[in-house]
Amino acid sequence: MTEWHEALSHLLIVAGALFFLTGSLGFIRFPDVFTRLHALTKADNLGLGLLCSGLALQAGGLAEAAKIMLVWLLVLLASGIGATLVASTADACGIRPWQNRTGASREARREPHE
Amino acid sequence: MTALTLGFDLLLAAGLVWLGWQALFLPRRFAAVVHFMAFNLLMALVWVRLEAPDIALAEAAIGAGVTGALLLTALGRLPSAAAVGSHPQQWHRYWRYPAIFAACVGAGWLAWGVQRLPRPGLAAEVTAKLDATGVSHAVTAVLLNIRALDTLLEVAVMLGAVMLVWSLGPALRPFAPATSLPGLPALSRLLHPLFLLVPTYLLWRGAHAPGGAFPAGAVLGAGGILLLLADRVGWMQQPRFKPLLRLLLVAGLALFLAVGLGGLLLTGTFLAIPQALAKSAILAVEVATALSIALMLMALYLYGEPAR
Repeated sequence: MTEWHEALSHLLIVAGALFFLTGSLGFIRFPDVFTRLHALTKADNLGLGLLCSGLALQAGGLAEAAKIMLVWLLVLLASGIGATLVASTADACGIRPWQNRTGASREARREPHE
Repeated sequence: MTALTLGFDLLLAAGLVWLGWQALFLPRRFAAVVHFMAFNLLMALVWVRLEAPDIALAEAAIGAGVTGALLLTALGRLPSAAAVGSHPQQWHRYWRYPAIFAACVGAGWLAWGVQRLPRPGLAAEVTAKLDATGVSHAVTAVLLNIRALDTLLEVAVMLGAVMLVWSLGPALRPFAPATSLPGLPALSRLLHPLFLLVPTYLLWRGAHAPGGAFPAGAVLGAGGILLLLADRVGWMQQPRFKPLLRLLLVAGLALFLAVGLGGLLLTGTFLAIPQALAKSAILAVEVATALSIALMLMALYLYGEPAR
């Protein structure tokens, strides 16, 4: 493996980890199930793709690299189906998507409580 | 000297019992939380006396620090009538900076402890004992033979989490969203053979390469949750299958305990597996644990007790 390969692989892995971090942050901080699914499926699948590409560059052979990329493909399939199922189940249960309220109306909402 | 340490130990034990009593039975919740935090600090001292400073550190950081802060925050959010005679929110505000400072000191202490860990680790010792463990992969050998007690307790913690979720109320029955998007349940059913193949592969691999019960259980559980969403595991929600569900949930822990007790009978040490039986015993425990973990993840997703 050339030095160029290794540098690219490390770059991809670090970029993938950053996307995972962003996705996890969104999962913790976003307000409802739909936005959280959005964070998890988009950011984490891209992160996993970068991670798998980085690892595939370090793989021993073509078969091993193909196996690693197969993991990404399977996760893409499963998480796409799973996320849509979770979202449509939530929708069927009557959970409405979160609406962005302006700061003023939120203040007005809070006042009678305090 | 001995009389002094004995006196100190007795004082510690008595203090623990008293603080535990106060934390449980004080009518004022704020005072109870403070007593609970003091209890954890004293517990940390007990761990120091037992010459386990790393556990003492974890006890002080998690028990007194994090749990105390969580409980205080929870108190602050309760309606004021519930927290009788105190203003934890204000208390919380003043103590924020000392708490941040303590967390930073704790993190620094942990970083310093990491620097002092033995190098290059215990890999050589594990490899030397590998032949006696019944498996040929170091991680599996550590998880299921050399440090089996840790794994046993991890499974017990997961079971505890499931019991906690079941105590919250009846399960939220997932709707079958087949009406809106008929293709998705069919797709998830197409995926399911893969969700059976991959855990089997991971389990089989665990004996000689990275893999084993926890990853296998996680993948199997993920497939199970997809099936739950597609409304394909109706039996989990039916009362007549409830004993079976409970049996499968505890199967991993029960078999693990049985193997441990069998080791106690055969060799005189809890969880000491005789070498001749090690391979098959570990395989059986791994299969049962993977099944239980998968079902626990599915039970956690149901978010409540099914069939109640």
